[in-house]
Amino acid sequence: MSFGSGSMTNSISEIKDCKLIFLIGGNPTEAHPIVGLEMKKALRNGCTFIVADPRKIWFAQHAKLYLPVRPGTDNWLLNAMAHVIIAEGLENKEFISTRTEGFEELKAFVKDITPEQASEFTGIPAEDIRQAARLYAKSEKSAIYYTLGITEHTCGTDNVRTIANLALLTGHVGKSSTGVNPIRGQNNVQGATDMCLPDKMTGYQGVTDNAVMEKFEKAWGVTLSRTPGATAPTMFERMDKNQFKALYVIGEDPVISEPNQDSTIKALKNLEFLVVQDIFMSETAKYADVILPATSFAEKDGTFTNTERRVQRVRKAIDLVGNTRPDWQITSELSTRMGYNMNYSSPKEIFDEIANLTPILAGISYERIEQNGIQWPCPDAKHPGTKFLHEGKFPRGLGKFFVLPYRAPAESPDKDFPLLLSTGRTLYHYNAGTMTRRSEGIIHKTNECFVEVNQADAKELGIFDGETIRIATRRGEITARAEVSGKVKKGVIWMPLHFAESAVNKLTIDAYDNITQTAEYKVCGAKIEKIPG
Amino acid sequence: MVMVPKIKLNIDGNTIEVNKGKTILQAASSIGIHIPTLCHDPRLEPFAACRVCMVEIERGKSNALITSCNTEVTDGMVIRTDSEKVLKTREMVLELILSDHPKDCMTCGKCGACKLQDLAYEYGVRESKFFEEPDGGVVEDSNPVIQQDTSKCILCGRCVRICSEVQQDYAIDFKDRGFKTETGLPFGMSRRDTTCVLCGQCVSTCPVGSLVEKQAVGMGREWEFKQVKTTCAYCGVGCTMYLNVKGNQIVKVTSKAGSIPNDGNLCVKGRFGFDFVHHPDRLKQPLIKRNGKFEEATWDEALNLVASKLGEIKAKYGPDYVGVMSSSRCTNEDNYLAMKFARATIGTNNVDQCART
Ligand code: SF4
Ligand code: SF4
Ligand code: SF4
Ligand code: FES
Repeated sequence: MSFGSGSMTNSISEIKDCKLIFLIGGNPTEAHPIVGLEMKKALRNGCTFIVADPRKIWFAQHAKLYLPVRPGTDNWLLNAMAHVIIAEGLENKEFISTRTEGFEELKAFVKDITPEQASEFTGIPAEDIRQAARLYAKSEKSAIYYTLGITEHTCGTDNVRTIANLALLTGHVGKSSTGVNPIRGQNNVQGATDMCLPDKMTGYQGVTDNAVMEKFEKAWGVTLSRTPGATAPTMFERMDKNQFKALYVIGEDPVISEPNQDSTIKALKNLEFLVVQDIFMSETAKYADVILPATSFAEKDGTFTNTERRVQRVRKAIDLVGNTRPDWQITSELSTRMGYNMNYSSPKEIFDEIANLTPILAGISYERIEQNGIQWPCPDAKHPGTKFLHEGKFPRGLGKFFVLPYRAPAESPDKDFPLLLSTGRTLYHYNAGTMTRRSEGIIHKTNECFVEVNQADAKELGIFDGETIRIATRRGEITARAEVSGKVKKGVIWMPLHFAESAVNKLTIDAYDNITQTAEYKVCGAKIEKIPG
Repeated sequence: MVMVPKIKLNIDGNTIEVNKGKTILQAASSIGIHIPTLCHDPRLEPFAACRVCMVEIERGKSNALITSCNTEVTDGMVIRTDSEKVLKTREMVLELILSDHPKDCMTCGKCGACKLQDLAYEYGVRESKFFEEPDGGVVEDSNPVIQQDTSKCILCGRCVRICSEVQQDYAIDFKDRGFKTETGLPFGMSRRDTTCVLCGQCVSTCPVGSLVEKQAVGMGREWEFKQVKTTCAYCGVGCTMYLNVKGNQIVKVTSKAGSIPNDGNLCVKGRFGFDFVHHPDRLKQPLIKRNGKFEEATWDEALNLVASKLGEIKAKYGPDYVGVMSSSRCTNEDNYLAMKFARATIGTNNVDQCART
């Protein structure tokens, strides 16, 4: 990574004081509404917005500069902005010389990436790209915010690094209200990443680091493997090839959340044994051999870590529903029955063990977060927690510029599938929709899958607003109601992810980013047609 | 750090120093002096409509009454928050507000949490000389989460302002004039047909029982609810909120100004998306698939079966043929144990989450 860490560099409370926000591939008013409110505060305080998104989202309508970027071409936009910053001498020379490395290579590389050339790929006027670069570089407090629109591509990691290049060029990082901020999607994705990665122990301690592994071996009283494990997509790949036999799925619904549904189902069917632990009968649970009923967040104690790295308490409010048990308890009992004793009296005891073994969380305890959560890194019990990262120094030492040429998406529109299908989340639902679609207030506003189509494309195909149409890709087809407007660019269609009955992941491609293994939900070729009759 | 200039003033005999730009209300509250308010919400710009926050300011011989929520402190100010004149005026202001407010506290769901009721009690206002039967009533609106009773509205404008200032959705506004004035949607529309995003921010700020959570109507009153502080389970913002519980049932979700990171704000999912917890579809019993059909089982049966199956597969193929997928919907503690289970119990590093975003 460019900085050596992939979390939000700033806090939510710093948003309102930003002087410039460059929002790329994220729609906070819908996906992270309260971050959206803080950004609206910034807007009222006179913050300048630059919004790059293929859809004319709320902030695009209120931005100083809206860049309707063609999905999958963010790399061109970002590299061309770097070109402008260097060509016009807007870079922060002192920051570059004291805190970064690789500048000369980047300079040589972006020299030829002109806004004019980028304009052809992105569909954004060259002058707007220049303007964006100038505004971003010159503002006193510039912050970049991005979400899945940047990461859900085969070039997701490249995109993130290309964004970081801009911050390093201008020194817009390591200060209050100034940084690079991925906003995490699901509630505890930060915490889950902090806890569970196939190549990392808790808090990003590598499984290949002997000292780390010895510490865990001592604490747990077992010998541990030093070979990095399989990521979720790799596990599915191995299931597909019959090289994987048993899977224990906790609280996830890969049949809905993984791309290319047919191949996921086929992979699951190849297993000898599938255990699913969840609160509802999910699509994945239907293929299970055993289903273990877990409790919701309202029935258990614990902690979540939010997108600004803040560890916060979850508290039990009601008794267990039916004969359910909290996840931690089910896993412990299972482990004990398999011969490895896990005897925890409460989540607090588990948390203390985590803090003990995890330097970035070492100073956090239930007592300390009784009132308010604490942001990691928090190395000891006196440390107040960390509001923004990278002041004075990056975890990897110097910030690194990456030279990253454009890579085309795994699948682009072509003669047979001429439209570009992009997907995302809406305000009213939440990923697979298992929770939101069982909440009345929310069902009420939108409970039907839809597809956004540009007026010009609709006109060509004789499709009307509100009409149910067929959407097809190389992997499958579904139907949905057409929403015809100018919200998406011509040539692009957009669909929400949350509806099991018209599962968009029957359409999306199972191609992944080479480093994070995030799936390319944002781009694939598609066609739409009227349903005859 | 920019240094904010300090202002020296006197409130009820206490000389204090506060930052320039603070209001009298903020200065008083910083030393624990409570001034009542109705139209004020710290999330909003001052509006100075209700006038109950009136205080007396010494100006030589002719002291003046001013609203404290919108008046900034100035050097040398001498303020009384509890003088005879202040108390008399407040009482009068309350009487005026109550003149257009129904007298049905005994059946109102807001009873016990209503700011107007609290003030009427504090100032002993029982009757209003100006009373006229209020217009309006419960508004027809097919949306399932927000209910408005215009007869109870005291026109503090908080709902209209939070919708425009904080949400910037501009879904509701003032309508009509005089005694008939009310707030709400244009032309009796439903919230579902407008730009309203059903965030319920307007409900969260209403000081009286005019805007309420529809799902909580008739479910009990404030003192019957246990409020459990927790973190929203929907998105990565992680808003701090309170589950209001009666019996074993979540009745509504609220938050408080000053909460981190959301300052009392919540979105539609956090505020109204809680009923999945009690949904009849919840899995309530372990299930084992036999001959292609799920059958209910005891925990012992299910756990023993899983333990023996995983054990067999591990023995037969090796631990790396087994994997665990954990979830960003679960707690850190749940995830940690899932990770420990894969590594220590099974002996593999095959542990990951599905959704990596
Ligand atoms: S629910 Fe939200 S958007 Fe709707 S009227 Fe109230 S504040 Fe406005
Ligand atoms: S509905 Fe409530 S918040 Fe809105 S103006 Fe009336 S009393 Fe105030
Ligand atoms: S209330 Fe809304 S913004 Fe806040 S955490 Fe929940 S879903 Fe996210
Ligand atoms: S609170 Fe000051 S006028 Fe209403």
